[in-house]
Amino acid sequence: MGKGIWVYAELTETSVRKVTFEILSAVKSIAAKKGEEVCAVVLGKNIPESVADQCASYGADKVYFVEHELLANYTSDGYAKALADIITRQQPSMVLFGATVVGKDLSAKAAAKVSAGLATDCTELKVDDSGNFCVRRPMYAGKVYADVGFPNAPVIMASIRPNVLIPTPPDASKKAPVEKVAAELAAGDIRVTIVETIKTAAAKVDLTEAEVIVSGGRGMKEAAGFKLLEDMAEIIGATVGASRAAVDAGWKPVAEQVGQTGKVVSPNLYIACGISGSIQHYAGMGTSKVIVAVNKDAEAPIFSKCDYGIVDDLFKVVPAMTQEMKKLKAEG
Amino acid sequence: MNSIVCLKQVPDTEAQIRVKPDGSDVLLQDVKFIINPYDEYGVEEALKLKEKFGQGTVTIACLGPDRGVESIRTALAMGADKAVHLDDPALDGGDAFTTARALAEQIKGMEYDIIFCGKQAIDDDAAQVAVALAEYLNIPHANLVVKVEVASDKKKVKVNRQIVGGEEVLELPLPAVITCQKGLNEPRYASLPGIMKAKKKEIKAVKAADLKLDAAQIGAAGAKSKVLKCYAPPQRKAAQIIDGETPEAKALKLVKLLREEAKAI
Repeated sequence: MGKGIWVYAELTETSVRKVTFEILSAVKSIAAKKGEEVCAVVLGKNIPESVADQCASYGADKVYFVEHELLANYTSDGYAKALADIITRQQPSMVLFGATVVGKDLSAKAAAKVSAGLATDCTELKVDDSGNFCVRRPMYAGKVYADVGFPNAPVIMASIRPNVLIPTPPDASKKAPVEKVAAELAAGDIRVTIVETIKTAAAKVDLTEAEVIVSGGRGMKEAAGFKLLEDMAEIIGATVGASRAAVDAGWKPVAEQVGQTGKVVSPNLYIACGISGSIQHYAGMGTSKVIVAVNKDAEAPIFSKCDYGIVDDLFKVVPAMTQEMKKLKAEG
Repeated sequence: MNSIVCLKQVPDTEAQIRVKPDGSDVLLQDVKFIINPYDEYGVEEALKLKEKFGQGTVTIACLGPDRGVESIRTALAMGADKAVHLDDPALDGGDAFTTARALAEQIKGMEYDIIFCGKQAIDDDAAQVAVALAEYLNIPHANLVVKVEVASDKKKVKVNRQIVGGEEVLELPLPAVITCQKGLNEPRYASLPGIMKAKKKEIKAVKAADLKLDAAQIGAAGAKSKVLKCYAPPQRKAAQIIDGETPEAKALKLVKLLREEAKAI
């Protein structure tokens, strides 16, 4: 009997990051198999009570609020210390994170502190035939998948790729007890100073969390070409991405690059426009549920990696698609 | 300004990676190897700092098999001064934490102001070694860095790092570990004189026994995570190529399919 499977609940400015709910939903069956309790762990300063209700509604049996003045903003030093301290005290069997900017950073540092075994950016959580936890994860940018086990790990940690596990519908009637823990931190523990946070005015939804992505490549011909994709994105609530070719040409910022050397995304729908579909690009979007390609080159490798394809001029196809989507949207 | 750059040799991004028939591991025969692209940004940034301050050394630290020497030489040809190569079968088969532990043990005895690592290696894609290295050396780190400004007294560094929806500007006391993200710089190519000079530069070979670590802390014995089985990735069904008289007709058909069949919009 273990001491619980923990899910690190990552806060955003206004709520909890969606991947937290995806993990909470997916972990319930594994926890049941192992006879473990599911706990959400939240770090911050004055964490709103509603966060506990949200975590409970997706399956948390218990919620830890680890609070401190010095946890008001995320820092690796502060958060990893506070998390490692409570892990050392409570000895959970497993701690799971979203494979986000924060989740990858925090899991690596906390794992080093508590000598955990850690697997990054996993797409599946399992219990193997001998009853041990294991995970599946892409390696070599998705060219290979591996099952990873954790022999000799006092604590198992894994970060889970956002948008891959499917959240169950929340049950608002489910409540979970909240245990408040005061973190032990001193100002000297945090060696890094946050000077400034610069928000880019870009998409409301980050690429890594987007349900739908409309992405453009060399075929967009120029920066202005992306206007077509933005128009479509506006109608269907998508986030716009770009291939390496489009970023290297200076048409889009690096932060919007999808691929092996950019962001790894996993939306419900990925619409690739004027993207040839190199092995590196596929590495960044291969786990998308539905992939659509629009490209005038019938030989483009993307057509062997997509679900739906149109071989034609994207400058005619994309506006026509947007028009039709607009019509459907108006019909409701 | 003394920099250490941690460098890993990885298969080329174009390489086809196959799985051994028994699924125990990947096959890396006949694969072309390169410097991990994110580590290359680290080499470039270290060289720029040396140029800016007009003094100091750039040292490459690499853990991996013999073949890694080729990538180390490339970094030396770019302009790095010397290298340490942790090359011992006893260090193989570990996880990110055994690697970080061995690197930390080696680096402890060296003089440095800053350590550059890639934000992740593009083979195992773990993004763990750099963070663990900083933890074991008890120095701060900043991940996903796209801009580095070292203060003139070399006591502090200001960095811009990518976060969700923008950038964060951090100030860290030095020494610190910085992980490099695309956008930080454009790595230079090795010049011909650089390549000639690199042949004479020192690559110090380090064995497991040179590090003051227990056998239980290194290699497979120290690993807390282990690849049990490798698979080829799941294949997608063949694509439906939409036909139609005009681009507009194809577009209409596709949107209908996305709505009714794929239920994706």
